[in-house]
Amino acid sequence: MGDAEIIPLGVRGEPGRGSRRSTPSAAARSLAPPVSSHQQGPVRAGATPQAADAEQPGTSDASATPRGIPMEDLLHALAAAAGQFFGEEWEAKAAELMAFARRRLAGSYEVDDFGFDAELTSRFLMSALRPIAQSWFRVDVRGIENIPDQGGALVVSNHSGTIPVDGLMTMLAVHDHAGRHLRPLGADLIFALPVLSELARRSGATLGCSQDAERLLAGGELVGVWPEGFKGIGKAYSERYKLQRFGRGGFVAAAMRTGVPIVPCSIVGAEEIYPLIGNIPSLARLLGVPYIPITPFFPLLGPLGLIPLPSKWLIEFGEPIRTDAYGAGAADDPMLVFNVTDQVRETIQQALYELLERRGRAFF
Amino acid sequence: MGRNVLVTGVSRGLAAQHARVLALHPDVTKVVGVDVVPPRQGIDGVKFIRADIRSPVVGKVLAVEDVDTVVHLAVAPSSTAGSRTSTKESNVIGSMQLLAACQHSATVRKLVLKSSTSVYGASPRDPAMFSEGMGPTRSPRSGFAKDCVEVEGYVRGFARRRPDVHVTNLRLANVLSPVWDTPMSSYLRLPVLPTVLGFDPRLQVVHPEDVLESLLRAVVHDVPGTFNVAGPGVLVLSQVLRRLGRLAVPVPAFTLSRGGSTILAALRANVPGDLVQLLMHGRGVDITALTEVFGHRPRHTSAATVDAFLLGLPPGSVADSRVRAAQARLTEDRSHREKVDSHG
Repeated sequence: MGDAEIIPLGVRGEPGRGSRRSTPSAAARSLAPPVSSHQQGPVRAGATPQAADAEQPGTSDASATPRGIPMEDLLHALAAAAGQFFGEEWEAKAAELMAFARRRLAGSYEVDDFGFDAELTSRFLMSALRPIAQSWFRVDVRGIENIPDQGGALVVSNHSGTIPVDGLMTMLAVHDHAGRHLRPLGADLIFALPVLSELARRSGATLGCSQDAERLLAGGELVGVWPEGFKGIGKAYSERYKLQRFGRGGFVAAAMRTGVPIVPCSIVGAEEIYPLIGNIPSLARLLGVPYIPITPFFPLLGPLGLIPLPSKWLIEFGEPIRTDAYGAGAADDPMLVFNVTDQVRETIQQALYELLERRGRAFF
Repeated sequence: MGRNVLVTGVSRGLAAQHARVLALHPDVTKVVGVDVVPPRQGIDGVKFIRADIRSPVVGKVLAVEDVDTVVHLAVAPSSTAGSRTSTKESNVIGSMQLLAACQHSATVRKLVLKSSTSVYGASPRDPAMFSEGMGPTRSPRSGFAKDCVEVEGYVRGFARRRPDVHVTNLRLANVLSPVWDTPMSSYLRLPVLPTVLGFDPRLQVVHPEDVLESLLRAVVHDVPGTFNVAGPGVLVLSQVLRRLGRLAVPVPAFTLSRGGSTILAALRANVPGDLVQLLMHGRGVDITALTEVFGHRPRHTSAATVDAFLLGLPPGSVADSRVRAAQARLTEDRSHREKVDSHG
């Protein structure tokens, strides 16, 4: 770096002082009258014409224009930008946004008994996920008509992908296509972790226990469960699209007790986002988490390895399985519960095979 | 039917107010208040007896005053006055003595216990809403919550031995009162509130009026059983702080543990030990039984209770009114300056 350009400080417009060179420095040159530099045409290969144009009005018209920032122009520009950004009714939208901000700041919004903040979820979480779903994973949603318009229903889905991105994408799919909020049931680990617990409750998740499931379903909510749990999400890449054990069938019992339909949901694409090729069980035990994932890019590439691979996603909601036809004591009949659990599992597995065939290649 | 009611722990705000309400009720013949210290203000129509419920004296009081209804309100969190040891002594041993006396009394027909929803504990494995039949996922291991668990246990034992006595157990959510000294109220009165970093717990609070009404109902009507008493709906802590206009200082969870709390205590920003778990994981309780079996429909939601609490407080440093005022000042300032500019 011996020939680094030295920019003289405090030369008071006298070019060349202190540069100890035959030619004046760039900073000193720019202080010289612009006319000469302009007439010379491109001075250097590096100097772009835009830069030269930008220099000119600032120096030559400085005396002609009134001093200070042209407020009116700035406002016009802002209005135009807002119009571009928010569309035609930008003024109404901006006002609404302000009202929203004020409402949040004053704390005058509502959360339900589970801590679900519908406004925040629709406005921020879903908006943040939408571009990821549309542009990165190119999610195709099928069979959305199988989600009932109202009343309780239990969406049961396969689970994969090391990090529960599939849950978020299902929430978005239901939100955008069915116009309802999917209330996910999560593992207790989520609610023990700082930040994550707060986010989870805000976005409508609650603990995966029968009390909460039944309370939500009885309240006419659309509940999402991933009964494979950590066994599903943390399985090796070689095991992809092979459904694990479906918990203990608690979700079926909950649906039976409340008499709501079970909507099987099959997600293809989540398996490839973080291909799990290894695990560090000792570290995982130490940290109290189910697994420490090793993917081809994590932890090798550090934070870069956290970017999910852009696999093509298909989310299909299958035909609802009715549970209201069973008798009152059906939920207490373990044999029946196991049978229905297997039925749901088989349905999802079959749908997965079909979807995989339809999708073809995982990436592009 | 006239009732002779004994109210324990009458020197405290809630018990004193309850005794006052009882004394005015037509169905109540006599109200006897018992505590180790007299109430700060005299209570009209209430006979105060200075007695320690930890001593067998209370049995004599029951007999002499011909008490048929015992309202046990002495189980309370440790206040600033008493240390934790003496509070526990008074809560647990006091309740045991009182129950022993009640068991031997020929006149007692009803026992009303004030317990707390803190018996459900607070943990990440908790269901969103606790109903009365559920137990805690992780039993409270210290403090007021543990006292409540133990006292409830003794009361259950008493109910088993004296099936002829109506036992009503009211589990109160955090009472938010501008005047009474409750843990949640004093926490929310701090100028700057320490919260747990990364956690925004759900809170459910109850208005003092609803507490008094349900206590009165338990005395006047026969509604045995255990009931959660709380305002409908929950709020998250950040929302409560926004409404109150208080500044929150999120601190990592470990600083609120036993070791770390000394640092906070030195900064005079201590979180009551009973609240730490609650401030992490929050708690919600089901009040279906309260409305449908007990027959009291809370008049104040949790949100309304917070708003009512706000009225009794000086505005916080970032209260909405102050924000608006500052905004008004700013815009005024600017328009003023613009005016000067255009003139100049």
